[in-house]
Amino acid sequence: MPNRTIIPFGPQHPVLPEPIHLDLVLEDEKVVEALPSIGFVHRGLEKLVEKRDFLEYVFVAERICGICSFIHGMAYSQTVEEIMNIEIPERASYLRTIWGEYSRIHSHLLWLGLMADAFGFESLFMHSWRIRETILDMIEETTGGRVIFGTCKVGGVRKDISNDTLQGMVRKTLELEKEIREITEIFIKDFTVQKRLVGAGVLTKEEAYTLGTVGPTLRGSGVAQDARTLGYAAFKDLDFEPIVEKDGDSYARCVVRIREIFQSIDLIKQAAAKIPDGPIDVKVKGNPEGEFFTRIEQPRGEAIYYIKGSNSKYLDRVRVRTPTFANIPAMVKTLQGCDLADVPVLLLTIDPCISCTER
Amino acid sequence: MSVLHFSKTVLKSLFGKPATLMYPVQVREYSDNTRGQIHFNGDDCILCGLCQKKCPAGAIKVSRDEQKWEINRFRCIACNYCSEVCPKKCLEMVNKYVTPRIAPDSVETFTSPYVPPSKKPAAEKGKTISA
Ligand code: SF4
Ligand code: SF4
Repeated sequence: MPNRTIIPFGPQHPVLPEPIHLDLVLEDEKVVEALPSIGFVHRGLEKLVEKRDFLEYVFVAERICGICSFIHGMAYSQTVEEIMNIEIPERASYLRTIWGEYSRIHSHLLWLGLMADAFGFESLFMHSWRIRETILDMIEETTGGRVIFGTCKVGGVRKDISNDTLQGMVRKTLELEKEIREITEIFIKDFTVQKRLVGAGVLTKEEAYTLGTVGPTLRGSGVAQDARTLGYAAFKDLDFEPIVEKDGDSYARCVVRIREIFQSIDLIKQAAAKIPDGPIDVKVKGNPEGEFFTRIEQPRGEAIYYIKGSNSKYLDRVRVRTPTFANIPAMVKTLQGCDLADVPVLLLTIDPCISCTER
Repeated sequence: MSVLHFSKTVLKSLFGKPATLMYPVQVREYSDNTRGQIHFNGDDCILCGLCQKKCPAGAIKVSRDEQKWEINRFRCIACNYCSEVCPKKCLEMVNKYVTPRIAPDSVETFTSPYVPPSKKPAAEKGKTISA
């Protein structure tokens, strides 16, 4: 029997600035087991709901994650609105959808950059982030923030985008689409990239399903599950299909995310064409009483919000299940049997966001 | 051949303009909407303390007795909620970068010319505000 070595990996490691620690049990160069541990950046944000009133908490919810912040705020607001039976104006739903899709694009571009960085393609990393910058500028012009939008609130949205600006944004995004295509072609076709990704960390359809994975990780293994098909916000009026790849390897997960960028651009185009005029918020009266459970699709997968209130300004409980948490078992599974040199790539293919997992 | 996909991008980068700004020669223009920092316009302030009560980060302190309005810029998360709730609209989000500071807990203090109408329940009022 070969000698076993344990290599500690993280919490500060070369792939991403997120604190996850892995004990990698190696036999020669092969990983036989990976033991994850998290808990380095717990911030107690769920507990904070007892100290901030439910209208204010949307700012806290947005700060659960630094990348899909807007969708966190949106999930929170949606859940409270369900409890309080608030019907938000159509325009607000569309604006939420548009901002949500922009945040998906910027999240996926961020991931593509990190991925390129992980397999050692530095210039590709910089180009992905160069494009992402244009998206962030558009977000900043309309919301005032680059990653923390701060535009969602219980009862609608805080800011409107004028129809002219919206058309301008769509034009700019469609122009950007060409550039994104140029960059993503490299991910899809380049020999060196394929060498690192094809066949790495295969997760079969059954494994992906039984391990409870979500988002692009699940769809990369051939399961067509996307919470947006539930039809929240404006998704009920938009035409789209979950993006699925069959192979279940790192390459498939990468291709799913790339195709999702183009899907999001298309969704933005559709939403901008259909957006109705009208008010962007309704007045919120009273306090939430009851409980509700929301499923929402974030860039990393499906997030779950559970909220319970008992007719007071302060909610009783907010519980968030973030997509990364659901994907950690799959990550551990793909790490078994891989080469040590592949660990960073495999760790990244689930697009981990540890800080929001710990909240 | 599938190895030359990057060449077009490489050529563009070689002969195109740099993607980054040559700071500080070129200064970045912020959009009108950019949330930079809160600007306090004290003339209208009635020291009602609503901004302090609503601020999710606890960055604002209002003292009615001392006629003081304080903000700790390092605590502020630039959410703009205070300016939304202010009844007198004397808070405004400006698209200016937060002024650098040396001390980690330094607060910026402003005095308001507003004098509370009755002096009698001053102690009691002070208590409600700071609660
Ligand atoms: S700034 Fe506005 S909200 Fe704050 S104390 Fe003054 S009047 Fe009240
Ligand atoms: S912008 Fe937000 S965090 Fe900053 S002082 Fe106002 S309410 Fe507080």
